[in-house]
Amino acid sequence: MKTLVVDYQAGNLRSVETALRHIGASHEITDDPVRLARAERIIFPGVGDAAHAMRLLAERGIDRVMRERHAAGIPILGICLGCQIVLEATEEGGAACLGLVPGTARRFPSECGKVPHMGWNTVRSREDHWLFRGVPAESSFYFVHSYYPAPESEEDAIAWCDYGIEFAAAVERGSLVATQFHPEKSGEAGLQLLRTFVEAG
Amino acid sequence: MLQKRVIVCLDVRDGKTTKGVRFEGNVDIGDPVEMARACYEQGVDELVFYDITASAEGRGIMIEVVRRVAEQIFIPFCVGGGIATTDDMRAVLLAGAEKVSVNSQAVRNPRIIREGARRFGNQAIVLGMDALADRRMPSGYRVVINGGRVQTDLDALEWAREAERLGAGEIVVNSIDADGTRDGYELEVTRVIATGVGVPVVASGGAGVPGHLVEVFTRGAADAALVASMVHYGEYTVDDIKKVVADAGIPVRRQGARPEAGPV
Repeated sequence: MKTLVVDYQAGNLRSVETALRHIGASHEITDDPVRLARAERIIFPGVGDAAHAMRLLAERGIDRVMRERHAAGIPILGICLGCQIVLEATEEGGAACLGLVPGTARRFPSECGKVPHMGWNTVRSREDHWLFRGVPAESSFYFVHSYYPAPESEEDAIAWCDYGIEFAAAVERGSLVATQFHPEKSGEAGLQLLRTFVEAG
Repeated sequence: MLQKRVIVCLDVRDGKTTKGVRFEGNVDIGDPVEMARACYEQGVDELVFYDITASAEGRGIMIEVVRRVAEQIFIPFCVGGGIATTDDMRAVLLAGAEKVSVNSQAVRNPRIIREGARRFGNQAIVLGMDALADRRMPSGYRVVINGGRVQTDLDALEWAREAERLGAGEIVVNSIDADGTRDGYELEVTRVIATGVGVPVVASGGAGVPGHLVEVFTRGAADAALVASMVHYGEYTVDDIKKVVADAGIPVRRQGARPEAGPV
């Protein structure tokens, strides 16, 4: 089953693409809402400014398609900014987001340390969660972000990370999973996670 | 807990990793893609490639190196050297690098930091800074350019703060005094900058043994440390270095693809 990678011009998709090619996953990068509306598996990456990203998604009508695909139960993997704008809102520019997962992206308070939180940090996943299958416990993943996902319900968090405060490093709601870290830049642990996602279901 | 990063730096000229040797100029020491791959397997956290090629032809070769590296290693890497415009930045980022580093060019034209940060995000823009001890400067360090050959009027700490304000997401502090000595990082300049800015600081210049990284992560307050010759000739693997750092109680990632992998 082909994975469609959403390209809405928010950041460079090359690293996601090379990682998918490396693990032999059939994929296509597209910004076409018609193609996405028929997608059976979606990767939703993103870096940069949340409000800008939401505008781009709305302009192309991809916001509506993402909500519809999520409602249809299609597997979706959000990455980095794609883990924040699946929430209802973000403190970054006060933007309204897709609302696939109840919650808000919040800015790290400066007491946590340097912002952005950049580098490798240990991720503790929910025991036996399918997305982390084959990933050694307490593996490190690569993060670059100033805002973190704060799902309303602790039930929606599937992994945690400590940066002065403990925050959700990954969330899940229905058929959607999303990681605040970059699996495509997290070495073998990240490649394993991507493999699990594209082979799931 | 956020881990301290160990970054391997490779100088690339005409598509080959090269090393400056006193009185002999530069000597080619290997294929950058192969060396990058070996470092990746040993668990390096990040890589930096400095393009020291002067010619336009060499630039094209460098982009090809970046593309090949991106296909084989799945960790962040940065490319520096000869980046003068945001179009230069775009070329290396599209080829697969996460970050670009600007040094002398940013001193001559600080706007490149702001323009790059606006176009690609702060996380993609790294300021490389060569610092020389100078008691006449407020912080005790002067910014020098062109590999240390030309002095500027800039104070190292003031320039680091200005670069952060303009949008640099990370600052590499290279001590010209320590560079090439293998006697250890210049802890004082690292500490002055690392505690004086709000973005991560990478220490550079002077690493000779793994204990030097322990010093710079503790007394130098560095967020990351660059190593070069320590690993280039197989004297240490990245994992050898990380083991010493971890044994000193410093958080560091210990999971290469093959941590036991042989010399770079």
